[in-house]
Amino acid sequence: MSVFEQLSNRDRVFEFLAPEASPVDVRHGPILYLEDVNVSFDGFRAINNLNLTIDDGELRCIIGPNGAGKTTMMDIITGKTRPDTGSVWFGSRHNLLTMNEPDIASLGIGRKFQKPTVFEALTVFENLELAMAADKRIWPTLTAIMKAEYRDRIDEVLEMIGLKQLRDKPAGILSHGQKQWLEIGMLLMQKPRLLLVDEPVAGMTEQEMERTAELLTSLAGKQSVVVVEHDMGFVRSIARQVTVLHQGSVLAEGTMDQVSNDPEVIKVYLGEEA
Amino acid sequence: MWLTRPLQERSTQVFLGVLFAAVALVTLLHLIMPEGHALHVSAYTVTLLGKYLCYALLAVAVDLVWGYLGILSLGHGAFFALGGYAMGMYLMRQIGDRGTYGDPVLPDFMVFLNWDSLPWYWQGFDMAWFAFIMVLLAPGLLALVFGFLAFRSRVTGVYLSIITQALTFALMLAFFRNEMGFGGNNGLTDFRDIVGFNLRTDATRLGLFIATGIALAVGYVICRGIVTSKLGRVSIACRDAEARTRFLGYRVEWVQLFVFVVSAMLAGVAGALYVPQVGIINPSEFSPLFSIEIVVWVALGGRATLYGAVIGAILVNYAKTVFTGVMPDAWLFALGGLFVLVTVFLPKGIAGLLQKRRKQEDDDPTENGSYKPQSKEASA
Repeated sequence: MSVFEQLSNRDRVFEFLAPEASPVDVRHGPILYLEDVNVSFDGFRAINNLNLTIDDGELRCIIGPNGAGKTTMMDIITGKTRPDTGSVWFGSRHNLLTMNEPDIASLGIGRKFQKPTVFEALTVFENLELAMAADKRIWPTLTAIMKAEYRDRIDEVLEMIGLKQLRDKPAGILSHGQKQWLEIGMLLMQKPRLLLVDEPVAGMTEQEMERTAELLTSLAGKQSVVVVEHDMGFVRSIARQVTVLHQGSVLAEGTMDQVSNDPEVIKVYLGEEA
Repeated sequence: MWLTRPLQERSTQVFLGVLFAAVALVTLLHLIMPEGHALHVSAYTVTLLGKYLCYALLAVAVDLVWGYLGILSLGHGAFFALGGYAMGMYLMRQIGDRGTYGDPVLPDFMVFLNWDSLPWYWQGFDMAWFAFIMVLLAPGLLALVFGFLAFRSRVTGVYLSIITQALTFALMLAFFRNEMGFGGNNGLTDFRDIVGFNLRTDATRLGLFIATGIALAVGYVICRGIVTSKLGRVSIACRDAEARTRFLGYRVEWVQLFVFVVSAMLAGVAGALYVPQVGIINPSEFSPLFSIEIVVWVALGGRATLYGAVIGAILVNYAKTVFTGVMPDAWLFALGGLFVLVTVFLPKGIAGLLQKRRKQEDDDPTENGSYKPQSKEASA
């Protein structure tokens, strides 16, 4: 359709004005889809016929004892580890196994690591600036100008993660909890469709935990969030859907109550807690 | 614009002001004061200072990759020397038939080796524009190929330092060979003219000194432009947490490659300005020791400040001139001692000392006091 025809057609938004749609196709429901994934390291099967589906906008908690394959699963989704067999799809269009780490990141999968890694020499504001969704090739980065709308977006995220006061301080002086929030903020700057959050409350105080729970639940809906966590109290406070991993495959799935009453789960994991 | 941004910041203005004032002062004292006067700056001193400025530009190039990108290059002498050789080849071709053997085309050493025609890679070096492009292109291309291979395979840290060292050592051995066609261990020398000016006159020497000052200013502004841009912040991110930067969607290897190539080109320009001033280029510029010395200048001056590299290069080389005059044998001990002292007592170099003093002056207690409650508020 020519531009002229479009302009004469007054009853709809012109195509060239419409915001560019996300390339991720979620019309069929799930945003992340893992099927029959297997990984072994030197004969040790870290992931064993793993099947997992995450719906668009869902907040999912993944729990499991040490060595259950939680971190390996994250590595597979972000392209760090290649599975031996199986398929991993993002939406119904993108096969993640054919893509490298930066491409997967720019597609809209953000990952928060277990240990907070922020750029300590840069200020909180600059940390968020680098994380912002933008053209990340060399020349556009060199000639990038800080526009007012970018500044507003960064300030908005600063507000969300509660670090507004520390905007111009180097990230190196932040406390552990603040670094975790900054990292979540950095993920948000990328406007991700899917957030992978690895043990967000490890080493946090009660107050910090509460604040983190609020933050994560406020994010769900706008984006899908997958949280890997050991702390059962924390999981109970945020989880709607829980998946239990054991020896590299899914042991149980359901609400926290269903899962914690599952005899299998009690046997391998919750035994002492239930 | 990324290139004009540094011109608006105070530190760059101060740096350029001091640099231009120093160059102007030396020029004036050289031209106006009569010879023999206590304040007269001799042509010898002008050239010596020009040499220091070349080293300063080289140090800025090393600081760009080491300070801001975290790549400790122990082979930047190679890029410096390649730029120098490109300039040397041009100067050789300018000699024409005034050489010892009087051959109108072939440089003396080729006549001596009984070569009957110019090798293909010497073609075009009789034209200044071509040679000046090669000054940028030769080091740039080497850095591009070398960097591409190294960064793509994610070689970093001490391993990268070692292979840069190996690179410059290999080039030194290659350039020592007569068959390479770069004058073997004698190198290129006996220069006469540069773009029509006689190299042996005081006026040309002064001109070269001023040109070096300008090159240092331009190089400084380019580096400053890069490090104050978003790309500069990405470089620091690569330096401190490479994997994390990759997960943000930046192509770390391209960032490294870009900055590395820019740095190599600046080193090449420094080498090209160095050669006409000292009058010779030979394979000793490729020696691993020289490349390590550059790193010592930067460490001494203070990493990741750029102006610290300039201070370090000038101070160490001034000390070297004095020491090698008074006690030639003691120089290496003095250099080593200096390095140890700076590492132990001034881990951030001389620039760190300056920053500390500035901070003490700037920081009044109110600022420190107001900051702490803020952090409590945010964590609560």
